[in-house]
Parts: sequence; structure tokens; C-alpha cells
Amino acid sequence: MTSSLGGYSIRRFTPERSMVGKLLARDSVVRRMDWILTAAAIALSAVGSLLVWSATRGRTSINHGDPQYFLIRHLMNLAIGIGLAVGTIAVGHRRVRGVIPILYGVSILLLLAVLSPLGSTVNGAHSWIVIGGGFSLQPSEFAKITIVLGMAMILSGRVDAGDQMHPDNRTVLQSLGLAIVPMGVILLMPDLGSTMVIVVTLLGVLLSSGASNRWVFGLLTVGAAGAVAVWQLHLLSKYQIDRFAAFANPALDPSGVGYNTAQARIAIGSGGLLGKGLFHGGQTTGQFVPEQQTDFVFTVAGEELGFVGAGLIIVLVGIILWRACRISRQATDLYGTIITAGIVAWFAFQSFENIGMTLGIMPVAGIPLPFVSYGGSSMFAVWIGVGLLQSVRIQRPVSA
Amino acid sequence: MSNIPETGRTQRVTIRLIILQILVVSLLLTLGGRLWYLQIRNGQQYTQQAANNHIQEVVDPATRGQILDARGVPLADNQTRLVVTVNRTDIMKMKDGGKAVLRRLGGVLGMKYQDVADKVRLCDAKTPRPCWNGSPYQPIPITDTATTQQALQIMERREDFPGIAAQPTAVRRYAGPDGSNTAQALGYLSPVTDDEIQASMKNGQPTLQRSDQVGRSGLEHTYDSQLRGKAGIIRYEVDNRGRVIGDAGDTPAVPGDSIVTSIDSRVQAITEQQLAAAMKDARNTYDNVTHENYKADSGAAVVMDVHTGRVIAMASAPTYDPNEWVGGISAKDYAALTGKDSDYPLLNRAIQGQSAPGSTFKVISTSAAVNAGYDINGHYSCPASMSIGGQVFKNFEGEQAGDISLAHALEISCDTVFYGLSYDQWLKDGGNNPKNPADWFYKTAHQFGLGAKTGIDLPSELSGRVPDRQWKQAEYDAMKKSWCAQAASGKHDYATDIAREDCTDGNRMRAGDSVNYAIGQGDTLVTPIQMARIYSAISNGGTLYQPAIGKAIVSPDGKHVEQIPPKPVGKLPDSPQTIHYIDDALAGVVTSGTAAWKFGGWPQDKITLHAKTGTAEVYGKQTTSWFDTYSKDYAIVMTISQGGTGSGGSGQAVRNIYSALYGVQSNGSIDQKKALLPAPQQRLPKFGPDGLVQQADLTTPDPKAFAYPGNASGGPTDATPVVALAPERNEKLLLGRRYHA
Repeated sequence: MTSSLGGYSIRRFTPERSMVGKLLARDSVVRRMDWILTAAAIALSAVGSLLVWSATRGRTSINHGDPQYFLIRHLMNLAIGIGLAVGTIAVGHRRVRGVIPILYGVSILLLLAVLSPLGSTVNGAHSWIVIGGGFSLQPSEFAKITIVLGMAMILSGRVDAGDQMHPDNRTVLQSLGLAIVPMGVILLMPDLGSTMVIVVTLLGVLLSSGASNRWVFGLLTVGAAGAVAVWQLHLLSKYQIDRFAAFANPALDPSGVGYNTAQARIAIGSGGLLGKGLFHGGQTTGQFVPEQQTDFVFTVAGEELGFVGAGLIIVLVGIILWRACRISRQATDLYGTIITAGIVAWFAFQSFENIGMTLGIMPVAGIPLPFVSYGGSSMFAVWIGVGLLQSVRIQRPVSA
Repeated sequence: MSNIPETGRTQRVTIRLIILQILVVSLLLTLGGRLWYLQIRNGQQYTQQAANNHIQEVVDPATRGQILDARGVPLADNQTRLVVTVNRTDIMKMKDGGKAVLRRLGGVLGMKYQDVADKVRLCDAKTPRPCWNGSPYQPIPITDTATTQQALQIMERREDFPGIAAQPTAVRRYAGPDGSNTAQALGYLSPVTDDEIQASMKNGQPTLQRSDQVGRSGLEHTYDSQLRGKAGIIRYEVDNRGRVIGDAGDTPAVPGDSIVTSIDSRVQAITEQQLAAAMKDARNTYDNVTHENYKADSGAAVVMDVHTGRVIAMASAPTYDPNEWVGGISAKDYAALTGKDSDYPLLNRAIQGQSAPGSTFKVISTSAAVNAGYDINGHYSCPASMSIGGQVFKNFEGEQAGDISLAHALEISCDTVFYGLSYDQWLKDGGNNPKNPADWFYKTAHQFGLGAKTGIDLPSELSGRVPDRQWKQAEYDAMKKSWCAQAASGKHDYATDIAREDCTDGNRMRAGDSVNYAIGQGDTLVTPIQMARIYSAISNGGTLYQPAIGKAIVSPDGKHVEQIPPKPVGKLPDSPQTIHYIDDALAGVVTSGTAAWKFGGWPQDKITLHAKTGTAEVYGKQTTSWFDTYSKDYAIVMTISQGGTGSGGSGQAVRNIYSALYGVQSNGSIDQKKALLPAPQQRLPKFGPDGLVQQADLTTPDPKAFAYPGNASGGPTDATPVVALAPERNEKLLLGRRYHA
């Protein structure tokens, strides 16, 4: 650092480096970041912005007559998301560890607020808090992060301290107890999609924590048994089952979910190899696919960008996940390993479920496509996730 | 923190992280595979579905081709009318479903809101008419009789009438040039039915559109496919609520071809007027048989070009205004045209009116006798009556003429000559025990084209009937039960007596049948077009043509002309000598025979007319009048049901038509300038480069130009007294189809 006083300067002897120099130094935070992951995430967000724009240009009923209404908001969300990621990197996942209980508490409060009169219902799921000014918050998105962080904290605590080889049963139970509260609230909303994502994330967390196989398979068994019980005990009405199964057979619910899936499939299928060109998809301009800027944004890519463009999205998601897996394996402690593995499970399943439902191989659930879908909460959450991944990456051994 | 030693990550965690990575990769591969399956493997199918999803098609109807007369005068064309339409998709987008707009529209058009709203609603099983059964994207016509002022009000206040349009649109018009009507020959249009759309499927696409009109009868039906053209399709891209968001490529409409016909609108007008006048005259004439005036309930007239078989005029009475069908016929009008109490004006009696030909049949009997070997120059007895098979067959009024030639028998229409010939032939054929009968009289009728459709280019032609042995057998097989049932009733009235007779041997050709048949009475049925064709053939030396009205099909731009050539389909079975002989005899009918009293002062030396009168008897009705004539150019046949005698009923009318054609004045002189058509029009009308026909001037003939004797002057006036049998039949001779008299 240099200072100039009265026309001359005193240069310190110690080789202080400039800010830029610091950032570019071999061991600097910037150099240690995973730039391939960052590039893939930014590319995916850029494609997503175009798709959101295309999907909302003509939707005069919701875009207030401004074709760029959603694009501008989407880019703002993206900027905030990237800012949150940078902030997360600056704080670092280790320092966060100390405030996890607070974050957890806040997220539970927010979730409860949704159930209170503050919450509002969108598309049948009572999972939003309207802030005003056209913005709203979906606490379940942030709950995913706090659950991962909270469980990682509990599960890794005694292992990283060297007390245990693997988390013992008590520790696992404690971590499950931590997860079950927000899950229960989310299920009450009811937000089935987010619950599914959290269950899979939880599996990823348990898997990477080294918890005994009994817990992993036990959890799988409980999940399967629960599904069978729901089916056998007729806890769901036929309508609900049809709705669920309509992804495979749209005729079961032709005006509801079946319509969505059928139209989504037509949109994607009609794209062919190269697509109809951005802004030129008849299904998209004709607004045949509901929720196209959020949950069904992938259909815009399928129709307008074709197999090449939609395939590129899957490849970019693949790059992000591949790099995240690498970071997880490089993590210096179990805490970092669990966080990153949880994020991998979260991103992977949410992407798979979202794209899978538009392709008709997964049941329809209202969850966004990470980095691509319109929606602030989701965008913030996934970029915080990126920040956590980078934070773990930065603290890897130099040799790795 | 790199100096902190790695926490000993266990093998288990490492393996699990690898498992996690494998799971992630397999999920993504699944997505990629599914994406390939949808987009590449089944892409075609979804592309099709997407197109169906967001492309809506609106039909742009093609302008129907014109039907032109021989000179290019349009008999049927298209009139530009101001049609007010409602675009349903625009209306439905409004908050109140367009109520306010439709109410305003009703106000401008002077209609009730409900009437407008009813026309705009879509048809389904529960909706009563009126309703719209076309595509909801098609502009729905509200009225086609908007005034210019109404149209201006709508178009100038666009903001008050969103989705409403007032546009000039082509609507069919039957112009009736020169005062002609031509209703039955032209036919009419009415909206296409669902069944027809289904039937028109070609390659999975219907060739008929919901908005189409289809030719239902007459030329409109026969040449429907040529006249219709091809409807265009305007394709709109629509969104999920049916709102139009763009164009998706249009297929322009192709206008229909025009048909040039052989009809001359002036001759048509004269023919119609003369038929009507003849019928009116007959209604003022007293019938001595039924002791009341003739009813003259229906009639028909045909003017044919003898050298081509083309129809120059075709009239059928009673008639109607074909424009009644335009823009949809009202239920009341429809009932008046087709109901039980109507006089069936839609029937084209020139091709669908069947009746016994009466004495006009005798040319066929003459031909049959000559071909059977009877001497053409021989003399045959014409007694007052003949007794055949125990029954007495009388001559017309019991008159006799001694031994006369066949020619004279035709002239004076002596029945007994033909009775004798036919009876003799019947005996030769084996009488009541036929052995390989030659049946010359029946065979000849078939050879003259009777008992079969002529094949004229009009729909629903009837074939008439030749009551030969096959027909008698078929009739007997079909009717035996009911005849015998009636006979068993034991009654002794006329009908039961016949039934009794028929029950025993109704399939047998009896002497009386053959005798009766030879003078065109009994079960024989003919149509006017068949007789016109036969007399044309005698005029042209023996060629039977397939009658036709269509002369050429002309493309909309006038550049492509497809001629419809005359079609000779047969020859009369007569030698040139026989034809010449009959030809002479028929000229004698005009100069000194049964028609002479109507043709006094006719310039026969310049324009030789030939004629045969006929008075056919119908059981329970007044006689059918037949008058079959020809010159070297034209054959004219006129028939009037319950119209009296051939010459009395139609003589003057037919003479007037010839006068108009050749320009014959009332004093017998010929004024070429006033001749409408001294020879049939052979050339086609000229078409300009724009496809418009170069029209001839219209001339409306004055019906008063022709002397028309009323009831008072019913008898011969200035005609030379004839040696012929009296033309008026006032004796009940051969009542009904039987010969019990």
C-alpha cells in the first residue's frame, strides 16, 4: 500500500502487495477459486436470462406491458445472487459455522411466517412471503442451505475433532432432528417439490458424512415404506394420485398437470435438433406452456434452441456438478465435504427433477431449475451454494 | 489453511463420494437420453402437434364461376353485396364477451341484440338454430344486405365496433337476363352438410369447407366441381387462448371456372313466356270431356339444336325464382317450394316430367312398321274402328279415311292404321303364345332412345318407360299380390276389373296392349327431352345426340377453354329413305295435317316446319298435350299436362318461338334483322385478357309482339280447311292405360 504525504513517499520495506497483486497472487483467494465452475454457473445464468426473456416478452397479462419486465428483474436477482456468493466466499464456510444456529433459527422463523397470515399462496403451494414492490420471498429455498449447514455442523463436529471415525447414531439422530423441523413445516405448506429435494439432499449429506450404511438404507426404506403406505392406505385421493401420475400419462389429468406435461413435451419435441430460434417458438410465443419462465423454463430452451441448446444446459449443469464433486473430494475436513456433497445432491436432484418433469420422466413438482428459472429466492440460494462451494475449494490443500 | 493436516477422511466417505458422483452423472445422462428421444427421434410427431396447436385456419372462399349463355350473357354470376361479419375471437376477448358491441351493431343494422347474438354463438348438440357451425376463427356473417350507409357507420367508427367488418363479398345472383328465368336448368346452391364434408375427404383433408355452398340441382350441381374453384386458407398463429399473434402463410383462393352454355337467354325468355301463355290459354279453354276448363297444371318446353343436341332453351312450369335460395332460404319459402301442397316447381319437367307421348309416338311406330317389312309405299286401311280381341278400338272421333299411305296416316293421325299394323305384328310374334317374338315396335322404341336416360348434363333425369315384355313381367312380379288382393274383393268397378284381369295374366303381352302402344297410349312414358332428341334426329338425318347444355369450361382468366363437343351416341334404325319419307309426312302435318290450323300464313316454303301433334290420355285426368316440331335447325317440343290437344294447347306457342328465332312477322314475311337466332350460335363468346366475357347486348323481347289467340279464337281461323281429322278430341276414347272403352 502506498501513501503520499507532502510530495514524497515512504515505501515500506516489507513487500506489501497491491490489492490487485494480492488478488492475483498464487495463493490468493481469486486464484484458488474454481473458475470453471464459476464460468459454467455464469453461462447457465446467461442462457437462463435469455430464456426467461423469451418466455415473458409476450405475456402481457403478467409483464405489465413491458417486454423486459422479467428480464430486468431476473438480471437484478442474478446480480444480487452473485453478490451473495462473493459475500459467502469473503466470510468463508468455517466462519459461518459459528452462526449456523442463528441462521437455522431465522430460517425456521421465516418458514413459520409463511404459515402465518404473512404468507401467500402461489400455484397451490403456500410457500411465499410477499415483501412488497413485486418482490416475494420463498423461505424454503434458504432452508435448504441451513439444513445442509446445520447437519454438516452436527455430523462433522466430533469427527473433525478427532473423537470419532464416523458420526455415531446419536449424532445422526441429532442431525435428522434438526432437519425434520423445517421439512415438516415445508410439507405442511404443502410444498411437495421442496420436500423431495430436501429428502434427497439429506441423503447426500448422510452418505458423505460416513454415517453407517444402516442409516442410509434405513432412510431409503422409510421413504419407500412411506410412499407405499400413502398409496395403500389411500391417504391421497384419486385426483391427487392422477395428478402425480399424469407426468407419465397426461390423459389422467388432461386439464391440469397433464396439460402442462403434454404442452411441455410438444414444445420440447417440436424443437428438433437446432430449435426454432430464440423468440420464434410457437409454443412459447403462444403461451401454451404454463409457468414457462419459472418451473417450465427448460421448455423454452427445448423449443427455441433445440437439442443443441437444451443439451448445452444439461452439459453446463454437468460441469457445475462435476466440479462440485471434485471440490467435495478435495475438502480438508468432513465439514467441507458434507457441505459440498449436500449441495451436489441438492443441485443435482433439483435439476434432474425440474428437467425430468418437462421431459415427462418425473412427476410435476413446483421447483425451479437452478441458475435458469426466474425467481429471486432460488437464484439467491443457488449462488450462496456456489459461494459455499468456492469457499471450501479455496481452503483446499495447495497441492490438490 | 493448507498447513493443517488433512483430517483422515475415511475410505468409506471417499467411496461414497465417488458413488454420489456416479449417481449425478447417470441422472444427467438419463436427461440427455430422454431429450434425444423427444427431440430427435420423435421430433417430427411433436412438430406436427405443435403446428396443430397454434395454427388456426380460416377459409377464404373462392369466387364461384359464372354460368354464361351462348353469347356470354351471365345467367348466374356473383353480385357484390355488403356483408357484415363478426370476428368471434375478437369479441370473446372483451370483458363482457362483446355484448356491448353486438348491441351497438344490432342498433346500426336494425336487428335485435338477441338475433345478432344467436348468429354468433357456436353450434353444438344443445344449441338451437340459428347458430354458427363453421370455424370459430372464421368471420361470421350477420347480414348480406347491409346498406352502404350502415357499412360506413361501422367502418368509420372502428373504435366502437372492434371485431366487426363490413366488406363487399361475392354472393350468387341469378341475373335473369332478357327476362329469362331458367330456374330449373340452372339449379341452386345451398350450404354443405356434414355428410358431404365427410364424403369429400381426400388424403385425409376434406375438399369441401364448412362455409361452402354446394350445387343442389341443375347445372350448378352437374358442374359443381368446376364452378366451385378452390377455397383459399388463411393461416393465423394463435396463442393458448386463441388470440391471433401472427401470420403463418396463406394459400390463396382459386376462383372457379365459368361454364358457357348453349342456352340463349333471349330464346329462353321467349320459350318461358310462350309456355306460360299456352298454359294460360289452355286454362281458358273448355274441355268437352271433363266439362270444365283445362287445368294445365304443368308444362315443359325444349328448344334443341338438331345438329348438336345442344339445348338452346329449356322451360319448366310452374317455376320459381332461383334467387330465393341465395343467402339461405327461409323455412317458409322452402315449404312453398317443396311441401306437399306446392306444385313442385323445383322439378325440371323437361327431363323429369314423364307422360305417355300420344300420337307423337307414331313416328316410331312408322319406323317400326317399315323396318318390320311393311311396305313404305303401301296403303293401309283407316276405318272408323277396329275389333281386336273382342274389343272395339275406335278412331279418334269415329272418322274414317279409307286406304291411305303411312304419310297420310301421320298427317291426319289416323289411329286405326297403326292399330292394324301393330296387331298384325303381334299376331306374327305369336299372339297370345309368343314364339321368339321380334317385337319390332318395342325394339324400335329402344333404338329411338326411349326407356333410357338421354344423358343430358343435368342431374336426376328420368328414363321414361317402354312397356315391353320384360317390363310387363317385372311389373307383374312386383304387383301380382296387390292385384289379386284387389280382385278378390269381388267389386265390379273399372279398377277392380282391370286388377282381376292383371291378376290372372298381367305378365302377358295382349293384343290390346300392343294396339294401344302403337299410338303412344297405355304404359309408355317419355320425357320432353327424349322427344326433342328424337325429332332432332329425324331432322338431322338420323343421328341421336346426347343432349347437352354445357358448351365449354373456361378458366377464370379466360385463357384456358375446354370445349364440350357434341356427342353423337346413336343412329336411328332407319334408312335415309325412311327418314326422308317421315320428314315429308311431318311437313304435311303443318301444311295440311293436324297442326295446319295453327300455321296458316307460315312461310313454309322458306322455313319448312315439321310437326307431330299428340294428345295422351291419363286415367283420371285431362289429356296431356304434346307438340313435337322441328325445322332444319331447331327441334321444339312443348308439352302441357292437362292441357288439351297437341296443336290446340301448344301450336301457337311453338309457332311464336319459331317466329322469334327466324324473324317471321305476323304477315308471314321474314325480317332477318328481327330474327333472334336464325342459326344456332356455334362460336363461343370471346373472353378478354382479364377473363371477362365480351358480353352481347341484352334485348328483352316484347311478349306482345306475338299474336296469341285467346279462348274465343280456339278453332282454325285463316287456315285452309283441312281434310284432316278434327284436331279437338271430344270423345272419350282410350281412357286410362287400358283399352276398355
